[in-house]
Amino acid sequence: MSRYQAELGRISAVRGVRGAMLVSMADGLVVAESLMDGVDGRAVAALAASLAGRLARTTAEAGLESPRVLHLHAERGTLLAVPAAAVELLVVAVTQSDANLGLARLEMLDVAQALG
Amino acid sequence: MRTLEPWVGPPLEHFLAESEARVVLLMTSAGQVVAQHGFTRSLDVMAAAALGAGIVASTTEVARLMDQQGFGALVHQGSEQGMLLSGFETPRGRWVGLVVFGNETSVGLVQLFWDELVRELAAVAPPETTQAPVLAENFERELNASLHALFGR
Repeated sequence: MSRYQAELGRISAVRGVRGAMLVSMADGLVVAESLMDGVDGRAVAALAASLAGRLARTTAEAGLESPRVLHLHAERGTLLAVPAAAVELLVVAVTQSDANLGLARLEMLDVAQALG
Repeated sequence: MRTLEPWVGPPLEHFLAESEARVVLLMTSAGQVVAQHGFTRSLDVMAAAALGAGIVASTTEVARLMDQQGFGALVHQGSEQGMLLSGFETPRGRWVGLVVFGNETSVGLVQLFWDELVRELAAVAPPETTQAPVLAENFERELNASLHALFGR
C-alpha cells in the first residue's frame, strides 16, 4: 500500500465517508483514491479542484487568506476539500449526510499537514 | 462557434460553457472540419485540422504496434496553454477533436466535459444520409458554402 493510500484510508475509515481522494490542484486529476462504488472519482476530482481554485481566487481578491477547508453541504451528503498547498494537492472527501464531519475534517487536515 | 452540421451546435456550446476551453476544432479523421470555435483565420484552422488528424493517425498506429485498441486522448500541457487531442467514434464515422485550454480551467475539467461531449454527439447524431457524388461543377460552390459556414465569409 502506498503512503498516499494509507493516508486516505484514515479518512475513509471515518463513519459516513464514501470516499477520499488526493487531487492535483492545478490539473484536477486524481493522484490517489479510496472510493466506494458509485462515486465518480474523476468527475469529483475535476470539479472539486475547479471549485477550490475559484474560491482561492475569490478569497485572494477579497484580501482574505486562502481557504483551509471547503465544506459543500448538499441534499444527500457533503463534499469536503482541504488544500495541501505545499505539494499542490487537494485532499477531498465525499460523505453521506449522517457522516461524522468533525472527525473527517480533522483527519483531512492531519493528512494535508502530513503531505506538506 | 461555427458548425457545418447544426446538430453539433448545442452539445458543443455546452462543452464550451462548462470546460472554458479557448479553442475547439471538430473534424473527420480525414481532416475535414465539422465545427470550430476560437479560430479567426481559415489558414490556421486548415493547418490545425491537418496536423491534428495526422497526429491522431500516428498515435493510432503506435497503439496498434503496442497491441492496443487506441489511445483515448493525447494531452500536451504547457505553462500558459494546454491541448487535448482525441479521436472518437460517432454514428457519422471516426472524428477527431482538438481542444486548446488555458489556466482558467484544468485538464481534468476539460477531459470530463470532453467525454460528455462525445456521448452527447453520439446520442444526437442523425442517421447518415447517402452523400451525393461531388461533381466538379459543385465542388467550388460546396467549398465556398463550407468556408462561409465555418468562417462567415
